[in-house]
Amino acid sequence: MPSRPVAAAPSRSLSRVRPSSFAPVAAALIALTLAFALAAPARADNAPLITVDAQGFQPKELALPPGKKVKLTIDNKGHLPAEFESYDLSREVVVPPGSKVTVYVGPLKAGRYEFFNDFNQSMRGAVVVKATEADAQGDQ
Amino acid sequence: MLATAVILFREVLEAALIVAIVLGASRGIAGRGRWVAGGVGLGLVGASLIALLAADLASSLGGNGQAILNAGILLAAVAMLTWHNVWMSSHGRKLAAELSSVGADVQTGKRPLAALLVVTFAAVTREGSEAVLFLWAIAAGGGQSLSMTIGGLGGVAAGVVVGLLLYRGLLRIPLRHFFSVTSWLILLLTAGLAAQAAGYLNQAGLLPALGTGLWDTSHLLSQASIVGQLLHILVGYIARPSGIQLLFYVGTLVTVLALMRLVGRRPPARADSAAS
Repeated sequence: MPSRPVAAAPSRSLSRVRPSSFAPVAAALIALTLAFALAAPARADNAPLITVDAQGFQPKELALPPGKKVKLTIDNKGHLPAEFESYDLSREVVVPPGSKVTVYVGPLKAGRYEFFNDFNQSMRGAVVVKATEADAQGDQ
Repeated sequence: MLATAVILFREVLEAALIVAIVLGASRGIAGRGRWVAGGVGLGLVGASLIALLAADLASSLGGNGQAILNAGILLAAVAMLTWHNVWMSSHGRKLAAELSSVGADVQTGKRPLAALLVVTFAAVTREGSEAVLFLWAIAAGGGQSLSMTIGGLGGVAAGVVVGLLLYRGLLRIPLRHFFSVTSWLILLLTAGLAAQAAGYLNQAGLLPALGTGLWDTSHLLSQASIVGQLLHILVGYIARPSGIQLLFYVGTLVTVLALMRLVGRRPPARADSAAS
């Protein structure tokens, strides 16, 4: 039985590190992740909001600005758990009933990004990004 | 009922496939059955705990608690799979030789048993928590809840069966090639899990996207399709990847390969007897 598990961390810069030093590196990585997590930026006001209940998502189409990282809030007002999922946005999060969760998306190019409730796939919606805003010019 | 079965099947499939690959790849390592079973058991406990605390978890860390926990679990699995593959790079040949001669278990070196436990625990906890949350919700609801619960359990069973089939399939690979095949499987699986972790950290706002939707292959192979989903689980296929996901995928692939080459080159026999 291994008394001291040697953990290899997934860092890119590890190729020259000797096996015996993996464990501290892994510990450091976890500590770093935690530090980042605790230092997560405070909640911004008037963040875009999507609610979900027995009727589905509201709004069905959410307009977002292009070229910007956006903080989305998903609010489950129903009595069943929902899983907000989008292959287009590469996002996936469970929203228990009565809970709000945060999902950062973008910066997005103009386009239509569909999402759905993985626990009830008849519930669908989309994020629509239009390249009409002045911000878009700053983004290439 | 069928809809519930399909949902549960997809939640369970990922865990089942990972456990199957890990079981295959650890063939011949003494005690692996107990450690994998322990990982599955602990994983079920962890899944129930996470489902129970889902509401608290969802609102923790500014609404990012779940994504951060998922990333942490995935990165732990990545670390353990790396260890397993690196260990195998120096022991695989010996294992294959002893398996073909006596079929007996090999007791040599510092076996990566804890890695088996952590990886199966991580897989079962992460996917299982969603399955448990969903099953609880429908079981608690009135009306059709009984048939839905039965459908859900059927979906779970079907996921386990597919995992079992993969395991049986792996065992049919000739011993000569067996461990190199499982090494590659684990390597790609690890890179895919690392990319998923990067996605969660980006979702939580902790890592930059470095470009969203670098390319889009969803018209060729949709991630919603069965093949797309299988490839997503097994080799980390993402139809519209972000830069950070690509970076983690390639970075992990290169790092693990380099470590395997580095360790695999050393003569293993002497190091073993010293270690145990």
